[in-house]
Amino acid sequence: MNKRVTIDPVTRIEGHLRVDVEVDGGRVKKAWASGQMWRGVENILIGRDPRDAWAITQRICGVCTTVHAMASVRAVENALQLEIPVNAQYIRNMIMLAHAVHDHIVHFYHLSALDWVDVVSALKADPAKTASLAESLSNWSGNSKAEFTKVQERLKGFVGTGQLGIFTNGYWGHPAMKLTPEVNLLAVSHYLQALEVQRYASKIVAVLGSKSPHIQNVAVGGVANPLSVDSQSVLTVERLLAIKEWMLKLEDFVKNVYLIDVGAIGGFYADWTKYGKGITDYLCVPDIPLDGKGTRFALPGGYIEGGKLESYKAITSFNDQYFTDGVSEAIKHSWYDYSAGDDKSLHPYKGETTPNYTDFQDDGKYSWLKSPTFYGKPMQVGPLPRVMNMLAAGHEPTKKYATAALDLVSKVAGAKVGVDALHSTIGRHAARAVGCAVQVDELINQWDLLLANMAKGDLKTFNRPVFPKGEQMGVGFHEAPRGVLSHWVVIDSGKIKNYQCVVPTTWNAAPRNEKEQPGAYEACLIDNPVADPEKPLEVLRTVHSFDPCLACAVHVVDQENNPVVTVKAV
Amino acid sequence: MRHVVLGIGNILLTDEGVGVRVIERLEREYDLPPEVEVIDGGTCGMEMLEQLEDLDGLIVVDCVRCSRPPATPVLLKGDDVPIFFKTKLSPHQVSLSDVLASLEFTDKAPKSIAIIGMQPVSMSLGMELSPEVAARVPELIAMTLAELRLLGIEARARS
Repeated sequence: MNKRVTIDPVTRIEGHLRVDVEVDGGRVKKAWASGQMWRGVENILIGRDPRDAWAITQRICGVCTTVHAMASVRAVENALQLEIPVNAQYIRNMIMLAHAVHDHIVHFYHLSALDWVDVVSALKADPAKTASLAESLSNWSGNSKAEFTKVQERLKGFVGTGQLGIFTNGYWGHPAMKLTPEVNLLAVSHYLQALEVQRYASKIVAVLGSKSPHIQNVAVGGVANPLSVDSQSVLTVERLLAIKEWMLKLEDFVKNVYLIDVGAIGGFYADWTKYGKGITDYLCVPDIPLDGKGTRFALPGGYIEGGKLESYKAITSFNDQYFTDGVSEAIKHSWYDYSAGDDKSLHPYKGETTPNYTDFQDDGKYSWLKSPTFYGKPMQVGPLPRVMNMLAAGHEPTKKYATAALDLVSKVAGAKVGVDALHSTIGRHAARAVGCAVQVDELINQWDLLLANMAKGDLKTFNRPVFPKGEQMGVGFHEAPRGVLSHWVVIDSGKIKNYQCVVPTTWNAAPRNEKEQPGAYEACLIDNPVADPEKPLEVLRTVHSFDPCLACAVHVVDQENNPVVTVKAV
Repeated sequence: MRHVVLGIGNILLTDEGVGVRVIERLEREYDLPPEVEVIDGGTCGMEMLEQLEDLDGLIVVDCVRCSRPPATPVLLKGDDVPIFFKTKLSPHQVSLSDVLASLEFTDKAPKSIAIIGMQPVSMSLGMELSPEVAARVPELIAMTLAELRLLGIEARARS
């Protein structure tokens, strides 16, 4: 019998994504992803000063404020063809990388690990066995019998009160939970240690960004941090040295805990390398620019077709027409109208944001998200496309960490697991950890580059923008934690004439496009197992593997009735 | 002693941003002693974890939906606070409740929490508050100052 399962909301953090699946014979046969809230923020920006757009766009999203600030200033700088001082790039790069490392750690341990880890089972673990298991995997200082005993005691107290707090939404005892009590205890302990460690990433963003959680230091033309080798009031060498300490703590955790845990959990759940493949056309933009114009990057990006590394085509600069010309957005199944007709797909410079709500129609309009395409095709974006593109580009650090992760997965699984296994639900988690290890190394490298440049006497951080009469257009792209983010601005005599944000979750959670091609979530859910339609944990695993962030793709308006899971027979 | 006044909300959605507008004005118009940190939390979550650790007092200012007439100020304290986080009154408490639950699990939760809220009139797109809510912002500021006073904090109006 067919069963229709509706999951709404899908995320524990804010954002309103609804996923509907039709299940038959324990497998998903059809899926719909729907953004449930309207995002019309672009309309707020029209007529405003382009220099203010970054501060407004960083309010779009509750999870990744800084990424919108960065994409926005890049878009305006691109429109003006304004070069920025290289110090400003280094400072922005460190903010972006620290934010990404924070985001990945929090996503894995705090927002998605509980899809795989049974917290209640950890109560049955033997802490001594947990310690010997942990020591066989890593020499991390936080892996001791005493530590695991302490965590278990605390967990007992918490479960005993009946108030699971942050763990309330878990599917404890679900048949798809496969880890032993010892591995569960290990994961819960690292969950707590990750809470401690993530603060160092926040602190880096706060110091460099001058304020937290909304950074204040970016500006069209550079950054507003005056650099100094002696004054106390600005970004001094002393403060930079403190930041370096925090970077090293992050590095230790990412390499000795996060990467290891993902490898081990991936090995125990090796069957999940068979699910969640979906779209294997992978888009990623280069990032971490090393010059003022954005023509050289520390992290490469481009496009890969059908998951084939040899098909890689690089995107090479902030001005690369290959990217700019390729993007467009369709609304055939979205709650919008286009003036030229709903079967059209519009380039973001010509983008329109005119709502037309119809209710949820399976074959008609069913989402507030548009359907972005790259040269007419839906894409997957995010950590997996990023790692695949970097591997294809021959990026050595990516090769090193991907090999390390896959070797560990193979060891735990007891069978050889290769790069192909990454095109999957669990592979997306592995790719995120591999990417995070690359990012934490690059974070430290950017710090070294800034200090070396300051030592040469270059303290410049800002080039003043000048807005000419007439019209200019620009795109700012950023490889954000969840994937390709692009802001598109049209400026007319110093005022914003049009503005469009094409965000990562719109790429991944898009509804069917004008050619009826499904978006990445919809495609990757097909054939996903569902043991119990009342508890569709497996669907959540696959959707959560993308790190959905609908706060950014959509907006919060109504909260009064949200069924967590509604199941209806079809 | 450490206290935080946290304004949350989305300033792009008119009254949804009332919490942020209140704390902006509080900072502009009052001198606060160094033990009080005023945070514009926007719609953020886990990024605020460290700033909210080991507080003696946390005062949250937010837009809340609690079946009151539009533009009604509300104060939730003590036993009412968990209800605020369990039911869906505010669009943000999902992430803020994650932050507070994490703090509880690590024994770093605030010793006291007060929530000062306002029933919205408008949640539509725009960066200005509705006139009805804007007119009552001074009451929300007075309520915030009263809560600070209970924590032993005297704010001085800037001249």
